[in-house]
Amino acid sequence: MTDEREAILARVHQALAPLPRRAALPEYDSEIAVLRQLLAGRDLVELFTERIKRVNGLAFTEVGALVAHLRANGWLHGYCDPVLWPRFAPLFGPGFTVETAFDRKRVDDYAFGLTRAAGAIAESGTIVLNEAATSRRLAALAPWVHVAVIERAEIFADLPHAIAALGSDPNVIWITGPSKTADVEGILIEGVHGPGVQIALVL
Amino acid sequence: MKFQPIDQFAATLPPDKRASVYQSTKATHEKRTKLLFDQFADPNRLREIAGGIKQHAIENLDTLLPRVEAKLKANGVRVHWAATADSACATVLGIMRARGATRMVKAKTMVSEEIELAPYLEKHGMEALETDLGEFIVQIDHDHPSHIVRPIIHKNRREIATSFEREGLGAYDDDPGTITRRARHFLRHKYLAADVGLTGANFISAESGRIVLVTNEGNSRFCLAATKCHIALVGIEKVVARDRDLALLLNLLGRSATAQELTAYTEFISGPKAAAQPDGPEEMHVIFVDNGRTEVLASECREILRCIRCGACLNVCPVYRQVSGHGYRSVYPGPVGAVLSPLLLGKKFPQKADLAKASSLCGACHEVCPVNIPIPDLLLRLRHRAKEESVPSPGTPPMGAWALLASQPTAWKAALAGGRVLNYLPAKLLPVPALHTWAATHTLPPWRGGEFRKWLRQRPKP
Ligand code: SF4
Repeated sequence: MTDEREAILARVHQALAPLPRRAALPEYDSEIAVLRQLLAGRDLVELFTERIKRVNGLAFTEVGALVAHLRANGWLHGYCDPVLWPRFAPLFGPGFTVETAFDRKRVDDYAFGLTRAAGAIAESGTIVLNEAATSRRLAALAPWVHVAVIERAEIFADLPHAIAALGSDPNVIWITGPSKTADVEGILIEGVHGPGVQIALVL
Repeated sequence: MKFQPIDQFAATLPPDKRASVYQSTKATHEKRTKLLFDQFADPNRLREIAGGIKQHAIENLDTLLPRVEAKLKANGVRVHWAATADSACATVLGIMRARGATRMVKAKTMVSEEIELAPYLEKHGMEALETDLGEFIVQIDHDHPSHIVRPIIHKNRREIATSFEREGLGAYDDDPGTITRRARHFLRHKYLAADVGLTGANFISAESGRIVLVTNEGNSRFCLAATKCHIALVGIEKVVARDRDLALLLNLLGRSATAQELTAYTEFISGPKAAAQPDGPEEMHVIFVDNGRTEVLASECREILRCIRCGACLNVCPVYRQVSGHGYRSVYPGPVGAVLSPLLLGKKFPQKADLAKASSLCGACHEVCPVNIPIPDLLLRLRHRAKEESVPSPGTPPMGAWALLASQPTAWKAALAGGRVLNYLPAKLLPVPALHTWAATHTLPPWRGGEFRKWLRQRPKP
C-alpha cells in the first residue's frame, strides 16, 4: 500500500514539474455567493421559517402547534431525545406513544423522531444537525417525520457563516427540505430513504 | 458510408427514449439557468472563481494530498492509496474481509462505477447493494447508468414497474410514488443488516480533512447511520485547499446539477462517529484512487480534473440530448465524458478517441460548467492528439480533395467559377447520398461563388 502511495505521489510530481507556474488560489469575498438582498434587514427566525417552506419543509414556533399537526395526521407513535422529553411531555398529552430509546429492530414503528439540531441557515432554509446535538442518527432519519428542535440564537444568516461554524464535529449534516428523488421520469417524489416530512421547531 | 460508433448507437435509439431524454435534460437546464441568473448578479464570475479554486487544487496536488492525508489520520481515519481500479477493488475487499463483513450498502459514487466495484465484490462472495433509487434500478436490471446525476434517465416508469414485479417487490404498479415507497421499505432493512457503508466524496478539504457528500434521497445518511464501517472512495482530484471555498462550490453544485439552491442533504464527515453516539461507523477508511488521473494531470487537458460531476454539460449538450448516455460507451457520458473517458484509458486512448468528434463545438458545455472548464478547447486538443497518433477515423468525409483545392489559389478560383453548374444541375445527380434526402424538400440557394472576391477588389481603397 505504501508503494502505491509513493507511486501515485511520484506521478503527481512528474505531471506537475513541467508547469512554469502553478495556478494561484483565488482571493474573493464570500459575500459574492450570498443572497444578500434576501437577508437585508430581515429577522433571521422569520426568514428561516419562510425559506424552509420554499423547500417543502415545515416550521413551527410553538410546541402546541407541532403537537396539533402530528395529531391531525395520525402520527401518534414516535421517538424523542431523552434530554428534550421532560420539557415536552406535558404538552403532548394523551393519545401519543413516545419512546426515549430507539429500537433499530422496530424502525417502522416510529412515525416521528424528535431530536435537537445544532442550528439552521436562514438564507437557504436549512437545518443543521451534528453529532453532538443528535441523540441518535437513526431517529433523525428513519421515521417518516423528523422534527428538529432549533434554538433561536443558533440560526446563521448564510452558508459562509455555517461553514465557518463547522468546528471539529465529525458529522455535520445540512438538511434542506425532505428526502427526495426525481429519478423516475423526472417526477418529484418525497420521502425516499429519509423523512418525507421535515419539520423545524424553533423555540 | 461508415458512421462513427456514437452515430450508429443514436440511429438505434427508440424515438420515445430520445424524446424523454430531450425533455428532461432541457427542463433541468432551463430551471438551472433561471435559478442562477435570477439570484446572482454575475453568475459567470462565480463560475470563474470556482474554476480557479479547482484549478489551484489540481495544480497543487503534490502538496495538498499529503496535507489531507495527515489531517485524515489525525481525525482517526485510515488512509489507503490505489493506483488502479483493480487495486482499489482489492483494497475494499481486504477491508471487508478483515472485519469479517459480507454485506455492503453503497451510496452513489461514480468512482465505484468506474472501477466496477459491485460486480467485483459479488464475484468474491460479497453482497454490494446500490441504494440510490436510480442506481438500484440499474443494478437489478444489470444495466448501466446513462447520466451522471440521473442514472435512469433512459428508462420509463413501465419498464421500472416490470423490473420491480420480476424482483418480487410487489405486483405491477407504475406509479412513481409507489415505486419509491417500495424501494424505501426494501432498502431500509438492507441498510440495517449491512456491515459496511460505501460512499464517494464530492469534495475533500485539505484544511480539515472533511469529506463533503451531497445527496437528495438520504441514502448516504442511512449508510452512515446503520453500519459500523464507512469506506469512502475518493478520486485524487476531489481535494480542495480550504473549507471556506465549500460554500461557493456547494452553491453552484446544487443549482447546476438539479436546479436546487442546495441539495437536500449535505454531509460534512471528518471521521468515525463520536464515542457517545449509538449509531454510525466506528471505523472509517478513505481510499484515494488514481486509476488514470495522474495521466490526465500530465496531459494538455488537465482542466477536466476540475469537474464536480454536476451533469449540467450533459443536460445542455445537443449531442447528448439526441444520443442519451449509453452511446458514449463509458461511465462518464456527455461532453465531460467525451474528454475524460478517452483520457482515463491512458495508452488505450485510441479506443475512445472518436468521442471527441461527437461534438459540434457549439460551446454550450463551457457556458454552463460551474467550474468553467473550456470543454470545446479540450475536445480540439484530443482531436489533435488522435491525429498525431494516427487513430483511424471512420465516417469522416474524405477531405483530401478539399485540402487540395483550398491550398492552391488557381484551383480554388477555377472551382468558384465552375460551381455555377450547380445552378442547373439537379441535386439528385450530386454524388453525396445524404444531400438527396435533404434536396427532396429543399432547394439550394443560387451559387454565388466569387462574389466576395469581386466585392473586395472593387471596394474603394481607404
Ligand atoms: S464538466 Fe462541468 S458541467 Fe460537466 S459535469 Fe463536470 S462540472 Fe458539470
